[in-house]
Amino acid sequence: MSKTTADLLPCGDPVQFLNEQGELTGPGEEAEARGYLMPSDEDLLAVWRQMVIGRRFDAQATALTKQGRLAVYPSSRGQDACQVAPVLALQEHDWFFPTYRDSMALVSRGLDPVEVLTLLRGSWHCGYDPVANNTAPQCTPLATQAVHAAGAGHGLARRGSDGVALCFIGDGATSEGDFHEGLNFAAVFNAPTVYFVQNNKYAISVPLAKQTKAPSLAYKGIGYGIRSEQVDGNDAAAVLAVTRAALEHASSGSGPFLIEAHTYRLEAHTNADDATRYRGSEEVAEWSTRDPIARLRTYLVGTGALTPEIEEEVTAAAESYAASLRERMNLEPEVAPLSLFEHVYAQPTPQLREQADLVRAELEEAQA
Amino acid sequence: MSTQSSGTVTMAQALNRALRDALTEDEDVLVFGEDVGQLGGVFRITDGLTADFGEERCFDTPLAEAGIAGFAVGLAMQGFRPVIEMQFDAFGYPAFEQVVSHIAKMRNRTRSMLTMPIVIRIPYAGGIGGVEHHCDSSEGYYAHTPGLHVVTPSTPADAYSLLREAISSPDPVVFMEPKALYWSKAELELPARTEPFGRAAVRREGSDVTLVAYGPQVPNALKAAEVAAEEEGWSVEVIDLRTLVPFDDETVAASVRKTGRCVVVSEAAGFGGVGGEIAARVSERCFHSLAAPVLRVSGLDIPYPPPMLEHTHLPGVDRILDAMARLQWDDQPDVAHLEVSR
Ligand SMILES: Cc1ncc(C[n+]2csc(CCOP(=O)(O)OP(=O)(O)O)c2C)c(N)n1
Ligand SMILES: [Mg+2]
Repeated sequence: MSKTTADLLPCGDPVQFLNEQGELTGPGEEAEARGYLMPSDEDLLAVWRQMVIGRRFDAQATALTKQGRLAVYPSSRGQDACQVAPVLALQEHDWFFPTYRDSMALVSRGLDPVEVLTLLRGSWHCGYDPVANNTAPQCTPLATQAVHAAGAGHGLARRGSDGVALCFIGDGATSEGDFHEGLNFAAVFNAPTVYFVQNNKYAISVPLAKQTKAPSLAYKGIGYGIRSEQVDGNDAAAVLAVTRAALEHASSGSGPFLIEAHTYRLEAHTNADDATRYRGSEEVAEWSTRDPIARLRTYLVGTGALTPEIEEEVTAAAESYAASLRERMNLEPEVAPLSLFEHVYAQPTPQLREQADLVRAELEEAQA
Repeated sequence: MSTQSSGTVTMAQALNRALRDALTEDEDVLVFGEDVGQLGGVFRITDGLTADFGEERCFDTPLAEAGIAGFAVGLAMQGFRPVIEMQFDAFGYPAFEQVVSHIAKMRNRTRSMLTMPIVIRIPYAGGIGGVEHHCDSSEGYYAHTPGLHVVTPSTPADAYSLLREAISSPDPVVFMEPKALYWSKAELELPARTEPFGRAAVRREGSDVTLVAYGPQVPNALKAAEVAAEEEGWSVEVIDLRTLVPFDDETVAASVRKTGRCVVVSEAAGFGGVGGEIAARVSERCFHSLAAPVLRVSGLDIPYPPPMLEHTHLPGVDRILDAMARLQWDDQPDVAHLEVSR
């Protein structure tokens, strides 16, 4: 079955179900025809709940960075719908490929926040077990994970699983060669891989206009024969609906899917960045009015799904989540210099054993 | 498929047989890369694998080396054992980021929770009249990267045995195949098993000087040893490293302590390379046994030359003999020479 261009093209405008005021504006006929269905109130409530907790986590991580507990923290505040909804759409046996930006997504997948923050705390690199969690280490070399996700998707299919590989990537990283090689491999091998581009408008300081002349990043799928879509990334309902359709598309053997989510990074690139050097406060203020959490809250209060009692419970849950994280992160982490030699090869080489002896002697001398 | 075969075997045949036997023994082994399927690879190392094992097990990929290496990472995450081919040394460079940042580091990054049993086969080095970008000695880049094993056979028996070991290794292996030796032959019975990773082989015993070589330069070192014995009466020991990582300090140092002289032979450009590392290690370990400085014979510090000039670049038998002649046989330090040359 050959795909026509029309089958692959995204909607002309980003798919939106809830407008900035939280009013229901979709799904329209076009979105419905593409299989993007309005999620149930129950599912949206789960997304809202996790966004509240996720944002509290993000704020806590930022605070811990100011206190010197993290080496660096790239916040995803403002991108909460993108961080939470796609991950909640995953099944346990799906694989997730996050970047350095996606700590909120990782805790939303249920990973231990201290293990998630190990990388940024600096007590090791990846702190969680990728195999046990079906989650790759957070990827920092931009776009390299796009190819891993193609291979992992293909591997899942080879094993006869209906699992999908979900790959997160930033707008700037779509300029990297590996993004294109990943898309092409995924398409050629018909891999069940979903690429989710968080277009937060900047790659550190460089705006999207300097990355591409494409009308939308979603159009980058077309050349590879990949079905693509663009979505309002601050509308959690639409993000959930489109991601679900994409996962279903991939899982059922129809091949990869590319989603561009239009969103915005409200904080600087990381705590070490000064965003005032490249963008004005009006722009940030404007995007603040499109807040994904407030928008979904308004909608759910309107439908009656979100009651004051639930809101109180969720606020408390978020606070206790943050308190527990704070407490655990304020303990000095264990670091063991000799463990540096344990995970280079299955068996340390003779040269590594010699160097380990040297370090051991240094440590003993320091103790004496 | 795993029939005994014996008689004259080329290195290319031994490699092909190793891939066949690994594919037969382990369902999770996958062979892929550019032109490795129907064609059997540009050097025919994967000849017949697709026909015999099916497209599922040995397949062509799109033409993108980072893609091939990164795809292998994803498959390794799902428990497969990818054996990938970079068509030529210099065409492995697009994959460098995937090799260095992911394949080499994954075990370390995840405290051994996620490992990368991937073999990267790379036909390398020159001496075959190849035009530019087809003859690089790129082993130094990989040997300088912690987390990778770097292996380079010089005999058909080692080609078979080391490749089998590479494919069953729990860690990534950069398997560097000296193109110039693909058609070298040996009387051999396959499957052959030789010494494991990390053991150098003494290819010729001697008592006056040690030649340390690997990959494409091993035959030259052996030839030079023969000539030196005939013409100068020197008893030359020749060591074939077989694996650069892990490095066999023990065998090399034991030999140099015995002979008191050492020349390191490598085809790669000398500056900052594996040859210099070996020379330093020998000096550190054998200083009091040395009658002369450790010398290096390497390729020139130039981009690999065009075919009609490659003989100027390649360390041949004569340069190895010259180096041996400079080893202060009369205890007269040749200081002037050392100052102007290596
Ligand atoms: C290959 C590579 N080049 C450069 C960097 C440094 N770097 C880290 S994040 C970043 C910007 C990435 O922007 P984008 O893909 O839009 O993701 P975002 O940070 O906005 O989430 C850069 C240049 C890197 N990590 N990897
Ligand atoms: Mg960005």
